[in-house]
Amino acid sequence: MRVFMLAPALMWLFAHQLPAQDTTELLNRMKAMEERIKTLEAEVQSLKAQPVAAAAPATAATAPVAPTAVAPAPQEQAPVALGGAGGAAAKVLNPDISAIGDFIGAAGYGANRKIPSLEMHESEIGFQEVIDPYARADFFISFGEQGVTLEEGFLTFTALPSALQLKVGKMRAAFGRVNTLHNHVLPWTDRPLVTQNLVGGEDGIDDAGLSLSRILPAPKGIFLEGVAQIFRGDSENVFAAARRNDVSTVEHLHAYGDLSESTNLDIGGSYARGHSPFGNGTNQLYGADLTVHWKPLRRAIYHSFVGRTELIWARTTTTPPVATASLAIPRQTITPFGFYVSGDYQFGRRWFFGGRFDRSQRGCGLPTNPATTTPCTLPPADTLLQDTGGSLILTYWPSEFSQIRGQLRRTHYGEGLTANELIFQFMFSMGAHGAHPF
Amino acid sequence: MNIPTKLYVWAVSVLFAAAGAAHAASKLNVVTSTQDMAALAREIGADKVNIDSIAMGYQDPHFVEPKPSFVLKLQKADILAVVGLQLEIGWLPPLQTQSRNAKIQVGGAGYMDMSQYCQVLEIPTGQVTRAMGDVHPLGNPHYWLDPDNGRRIAKAFVDKFSQADPADAAFFAQRYADFDQRLTAAVKGWEAKMAPYRGRKVITYHRSWPNFCERFGLVVVDYVEPRPGIPPTPSHTLEVINTMKREGIKLILVEPYFDLRTPNSIARGAGGEVAQLMPSVGGVKEITNYFQLFDYDINELVNLFQKVK
Repeated sequence: MRVFMLAPALMWLFAHQLPAQDTTELLNRMKAMEERIKTLEAEVQSLKAQPVAAAAPATAATAPVAPTAVAPAPQEQAPVALGGAGGAAAKVLNPDISAIGDFIGAAGYGANRKIPSLEMHESEIGFQEVIDPYARADFFISFGEQGVTLEEGFLTFTALPSALQLKVGKMRAAFGRVNTLHNHVLPWTDRPLVTQNLVGGEDGIDDAGLSLSRILPAPKGIFLEGVAQIFRGDSENVFAAARRNDVSTVEHLHAYGDLSESTNLDIGGSYARGHSPFGNGTNQLYGADLTVHWKPLRRAIYHSFVGRTELIWARTTTTPPVATASLAIPRQTITPFGFYVSGDYQFGRRWFFGGRFDRSQRGCGLPTNPATTTPCTLPPADTLLQDTGGSLILTYWPSEFSQIRGQLRRTHYGEGLTANELIFQFMFSMGAHGAHPF
Repeated sequence: MNIPTKLYVWAVSVLFAAAGAAHAASKLNVVTSTQDMAALAREIGADKVNIDSIAMGYQDPHFVEPKPSFVLKLQKADILAVVGLQLEIGWLPPLQTQSRNAKIQVGGAGYMDMSQYCQVLEIPTGQVTRAMGDVHPLGNPHYWLDPDNGRRIAKAFVDKFSQADPADAAFFAQRYADFDQRLTAAVKGWEAKMAPYRGRKVITYHRSWPNFCERFGLVVVDYVEPRPGIPPTPSHTLEVINTMKREGIKLILVEPYFDLRTPNSIARGAGGEVAQLMPSVGGVKEITNYFQLFDYDINELVNLFQKVK
């Protein structure tokens, strides 16, 4: 501004020392300069009136920018905003809140599996928000007909050095694939038999603890991640901690690679160890999982396929069944094995069809989730029973926020009973539920 | 500490010690959520910046799988430029969290929400509910289809790149000046081509084109989707056919990732044509930059307008 004020004064001063014939020309030039100054002042006022969001990056730039580099600003001569934000603006700091309803109905013969005919199976409430520049928090509270549980509630530190990530709180353990999934992202109405028999079923390995993970160096664009977790050691039907030293640990290593633009492969290995809830000793779980995804990008909203399999071996310390206690065996170790294979094909924007084959052993008389067992009367040598099942699943999405699913399930239980069931499910979500990891 | 616990501590230590330190990169690493943002970043950064993008131009940017391979890209990013307005809400947040990269978290020094710099249309003013479909409560995120917004995005990149790499600030400013000049000239050409068709009414599949249509004078009368994100229903399809007949509409604009069966059926019923326009750079292989995106779409429109008169 000082330059603008000084220029006319200097011009006036020099004008007195010039011949008369130049005076007219000088006056013309002064008029032109006055016009130029007015134009520049108008531009300055216009820039001052621009929104802060647009102006901030411009002022942050330290480098000189050529005058021609200033963007034209059509429709940007907005009136100066007066006053602060309204009272409602304070609510923008509230967390993202979501609710997901999961209604299940069942018909047919379920053998020992006592599923109600109609059930509001779960209502999951989620609260998710960034805590500060270094961390975010996620809470998922599950309301069932039997009560309320904290399904997950953890803090994730997103800004640790060396590409580490730390989670602290209650969380689903990184054991295999299914254990990490919430009910509403499962491709079935239930969980596979191997999960129900060996890994705690719906609740799974879900405990309070710490989880440290890191992306490890790998060649050829392979994503390799290592996860190490330590928990209190209490997960129903999997681990039980009578003492502070009875912590459980879970390790997971998984490798992911893109086979093509449309197809990718994810392979993982898991190990979990804790105090057995069935005897004075340990329960160890070994898992291997493989997932194949196919989704052609140009038609990604219409067609896709996901193939999954998970194999789990357990090495569980148990106390012998009551009927054999007279044999005075203080404890024994059983080594049940189970797996599932499933495939889900999306054949329309709203339609999915899938199938699953299940096979899983379990300790005779040991509890499962949900309960499917009867008291064991077999001798110790035959303490492993084998369940086998198969399901066909049809899913329809009225929209992105609701889902209707039917599942035909046939299960042959180790006790000799065969269940044939039709299960249907209505699921719906409201609010801002954050996307789940791949 | 018992033996198993010692073993556990040892195994974890080995696992994490095996990971090497990240290499310091000499160039700025920029990752964008879409190819459009990458194309504009490339106009400014040229070979002084490494630029990569996540969603391909021919896929629906609302539905991108958050694949772990994207985490590797984000892990090394100095700058993450997103479209914003919740376009990426279904897939980008878990990738950001998994990247372990503090710079690109929301509010981080390298995080750029490009919608903050642009003119955004269709900002809902009343109550917003899911009964309205998959509506974007912060406004329509397809704003890059107005060249004026492209210019604003480019300017935002100049400022951010200059801040991150002051030594090359003059280079970025020069690149912007050149881009601005070329864009101004190109817009004149596009407007001249579209001038005979200003005021023409069209149907679009999804609400991807408000900025484009406003810029080039087209009037969107209805949509193939009954609500945003809701697949077409038979009754709505019939309504659209009747609307086209009643109002003399001859053109349906469709994005490349939508099935053409319903638009073709509507076009047959109403005696119109389907124009498969590209909403993004990379939609077809000949569209490799921001200018070619408009060249392609406008040529396609002009050809079809001439055909349907």
